[in-house]
Amino acid sequence: MTHASVFRGSHKCTTMRSNSRPCGQTTPLASRCYSHAKVETDEEFDARWVTYFSKPDIDAWELKKGMNTLIGYDLVPEPKILDSALRACRRLNDLASAIRILEAVKDKSGPHKDIYPYLIQELQPTLIELGISTPEDLGMDKL
Amino acid sequence: MLATRAISLVGKRAISTSICVRGGHGVAKVDDYNPLPDVQFVTELSAEQKSLKEKEKGSWATLSNEEKIALYRISFKQSFAEMNEGTKEWKSVIAGMFFFIGMTGLVVLWQRKFVYGPVPPTFESEWKEKEVQRMLDMRINPVEGFSAKWDYENKEWKK
Repeated sequence: MTHASVFRGSHKCTTMRSNSRPCGQTTPLASRCYSHAKVETDEEFDARWVTYFSKPDIDAWELKKGMNTLIGYDLVPEPKILDSALRACRRLNDLASAIRILEAVKDKSGPHKDIYPYLIQELQPTLIELGISTPEDLGMDKL
Repeated sequence: MLATRAISLVGKRAISTSICVRGGHGVAKVDDYNPLPDVQFVTELSAEQKSLKEKEKGSWATLSNEEKIALYRISFKQSFAEMNEGTKEWKSVIAGMFFFIGMTGLVVLWQRKFVYGPVPPTFESEWKEKEVQRMLDMRINPVEGFSAKWDYENKEWKK
């Protein structure tokens, strides 16, 4: 298996989403292109990452690499990507990473305090199903 | 188990970060912001921790909050809250600022006493009175300025 899929995201010149734009906004096809590379839409980006974490036999390295790369982007991942990642944690029997992922996306939201509650709200069914406690439940958001 | 599995897997792949795969405590150098480090924090698990790891393979809903926190602490040294915590260094910085400004003040006072000579005689009040009178006699700025504010009839400053 190759990990090229994780590294191939080099066409991210003009359409890298910043935190200020809502997730899921489609880039119009008539947009300016600074290069002739194909522009990846938000849906394609999300689908690619959901697929990445959905691999049934994903291993711990791939999970870490995927999460670290995803967190490195200038965006907060969509709930469906996080759902896929949390399920990957479940397959790997790694609760600590699941909690860590929630902490990381809260940190990624930065000053936009309304993103994290929205994510938790969307992920609530998954959290209950898998038995994942949020950092707030465990009191880990306080010092 | 997870740790040794992770280490054996890392050994098969190119290590893209420069994190050393040994103990992990203080040996690792974090290149960028990596929420999931390569090597978990606690590498040698106690018996209690090993049994907890076994329990982790089952349903997570059966784990108590303390157990979940314990699992977190096995993998990670600090939580995000602890990691992002600021230091109290700013208090030392402000204290240092005040101290050095104070020292400078003392130096300035000492200078005034021991370094500078006397001010010229033109600053004495007697001299100043004569100077003002001379300026009024010369009608300095009589329209809108100095002498304009003097009432020449009543020989006093205009109210």
